[in-house]
Amino acid sequence: MTKQHELMVTAGSLQECAAYMDAGASELLIGDACYGIRMPGYFSDSDIREAVRLGQARNVKVMMSMTNIMTNDMLRLLPDYILFLKDAGVHAVEYSDPSVLAAVKTYAPEIRLHWNGEMMSTNYATANYWGRKGASRVAAAKELSMDEILELKQHLEIEAQVQVHGMTNMYHSKRRLVESYMIHQGRPVKNGSLDKDRGLFLVEADRVQEKYPIFEDEHGTHIMSSDDICILEDLHLLLQAGIESFKIDGFMKPVSYNTAVIKAYRSAIDAYTADPGKYKFREEWLDMIRELQDPERELTFGFFYKEQVY
Amino acid sequence: MEEVLSKPIYRGKRVRLEKPELLAPAGNLEKLKFAIHYGADAVYIGGQKYGLRSNADNFTFEEMREGVEFAKKYGAKVFVATNIYVHNEDIDGIEQYLRSLNDAGISAIIAADPAIIEVAQRAVPLLEVHLSTQQSTLNWQAVKFWKDEGLPRVVLGREASLEEIAEIKNNVEIEIEAFIHGAMCSSISGRCVLSNHFTDRDSNRGGCCQSCRWKYDLFEDGRDREEESDMAMQPAALKPGITQLPLFEEEDHAFTMGSKDLCMLEHIPDLIEVGIDSFKIEGRMKSIHYVATVVNVYRQAIDAYFEDPDHYVLKPEWLDDLHKAANRPLNTGFFYDIPDHEDHIYEPEEKAAPYDFAGLVLEYDEATQTAVIQQRNFFKQGQEIEFFGPKGAFFKQTVHEMWDEEGQPLEAARHPLQRIRMKVDQPVAYFDMLRRKH
Repeated sequence: MTKQHELMVTAGSLQECAAYMDAGASELLIGDACYGIRMPGYFSDSDIREAVRLGQARNVKVMMSMTNIMTNDMLRLLPDYILFLKDAGVHAVEYSDPSVLAAVKTYAPEIRLHWNGEMMSTNYATANYWGRKGASRVAAAKELSMDEILELKQHLEIEAQVQVHGMTNMYHSKRRLVESYMIHQGRPVKNGSLDKDRGLFLVEADRVQEKYPIFEDEHGTHIMSSDDICILEDLHLLLQAGIESFKIDGFMKPVSYNTAVIKAYRSAIDAYTADPGKYKFREEWLDMIRELQDPERELTFGFFYKEQVY
Repeated sequence: MEEVLSKPIYRGKRVRLEKPELLAPAGNLEKLKFAIHYGADAVYIGGQKYGLRSNADNFTFEEMREGVEFAKKYGAKVFVATNIYVHNEDIDGIEQYLRSLNDAGISAIIAADPAIIEVAQRAVPLLEVHLSTQQSTLNWQAVKFWKDEGLPRVVLGREASLEEIAEIKNNVEIEIEAFIHGAMCSSISGRCVLSNHFTDRDSNRGGCCQSCRWKYDLFEDGRDREEESDMAMQPAALKPGITQLPLFEEEDHAFTMGSKDLCMLEHIPDLIEVGIDSFKIEGRMKSIHYVATVVNVYRQAIDAYFEDPDHYVLKPEWLDDLHKAANRPLNTGFFYDIPDHEDHIYEPEEKAAPYDFAGLVLEYDEATQTAVIQQRNFFKQGQEIEFFGPKGAFFKQTVHEMWDEEGQPLEAARHPLQRIRMKVDQPVAYFDMLRRKH
């Protein structure tokens, strides 16, 4: 047996938690409506308790994503919320803003801290810095290449988490850009939400085959990638490197799709763990995903093998 | 006393306030000199590495030394932006680079990434570290965190409102720097990788290609939709067989994220009274004319306020001056409210500012009432030009006689950087500028 590799999935409801655990998730990442952002659904306090209970029965760890941009207003209820999470038995809190780190260290030092700087988590020195501040895991930026991730891992003093599947965020503004645009056109949105369920997307003139989902919620406007990362074919590189947690972002995907994705990655991880020397990628794992893939969204390697310049 | 000071202070109950620093961008050595001569207390520049403007001129260490020397004469400071999100490959050179900045006499770096902050604190402890806006700091606990880490100053995210800034100032004793003028990321700073996706250029290492100002079409997915959309226009066949519902009509402006530029000139008292310690102007890529004009207008406004806070009024000519150099519509960002439909640029943009920087005054000869001008843009006899200097625009005149260096009469100034002697109606001085409406 090699070391344990966790399979983390974002879940939007208790039903999703149950389905994803059945499919093979070993970590569930959930969020609430205030401190969470771009999560598939938002959990009430009682649902958080229930999710932890469901997880404990299956030896699955439940983690809170608290990576929203923090304002003064959001600080007021933060201590109580952290105390609640401690009481609920949440295993870890994923943070981006130092205010969340400080609150967890003060009010619930037993809760693990994971640093998810979103686009900021780009190097090992910074990850290790947050490690010295109390974080035990870093979620690598989705814009890193495979080489960068492997080098990052070599120098890390804390655990590494890598998103292996799903869409990614490209842009977050506090502005209400869709609402503003519709007002500018003289056709304001009268009722109905501009949130993710609306199915809004942008098309850029030179890239008409790409659909970029856009939505508005109380935290502003979000634009998402037109493709879905899928690194299943090369998962062994990340397994060999000893990446501790592989994240599947189930955001804006049907449960049936996420379930298939989890099963595919679970099969790969289990096969590797059983005998790393004999591990071979199997096309049928990927086919499970392809069958349910939105025909308008390409499965790609994301930034894993893309040269970026500046 | 301490408590009174730390609360937002309104007119009539004012206690002594510190004059804020006016911090200006300087894309190159010449811009640095103009920014400082026209009234900046400090400038921020980019070096050859670790900055977010890989297209800008950027300073060599030699130029930095010269810039620092120049600044010293005015009692001004030079900061260097080292505000990228560091990648593994960037780590090795950080210490050497920061030592060189320190040796060049730089007062502070503006950094976003702890990978740079930590090295600076260890290797060059006398070099101040200011936390960059790229950390999107909007709350006082985060500000306190960075203060406890030893940072003397935090540049807030551009989304901070005056009220939020007041709360931060009330809770943490630290220098707060805020953008008060210039172009703005419409995203939360750093939370944008549009360039990475569209063009494989890393926006957070200086490769931003301003994709937020591109034009987009907004659609609603028509698949699986049973009820009729209340927003969509006619279905469009973007791809065969799939229903895309456009949320715009043929003649509509396209969707964009592009923001109007920030301008807080009309709200100087609010900025001072809330206690912002450093007023930051954006624009390392902007022209000398722009930097000199914008810096100068804010210099005059701040000084006028401190001369007599109770009778401070905005002078219309300051706004006029600003508009001579500005090329985008202006707004107040997030200071008072979240920007709305009037705060974004849907119309085609006017590219050029209404005025050109036509020439720079090098010398003035009182006896002959002539000046030696370095040509910066075309002008000719009979045209109206305007002189402005560190005290603002001070007179207009028609271009009369001009001569080249050999004393040959000139009808027009055609050659870049040519030295031209011309008759001037009023005394002028080195560093004064000529501008001309196009």
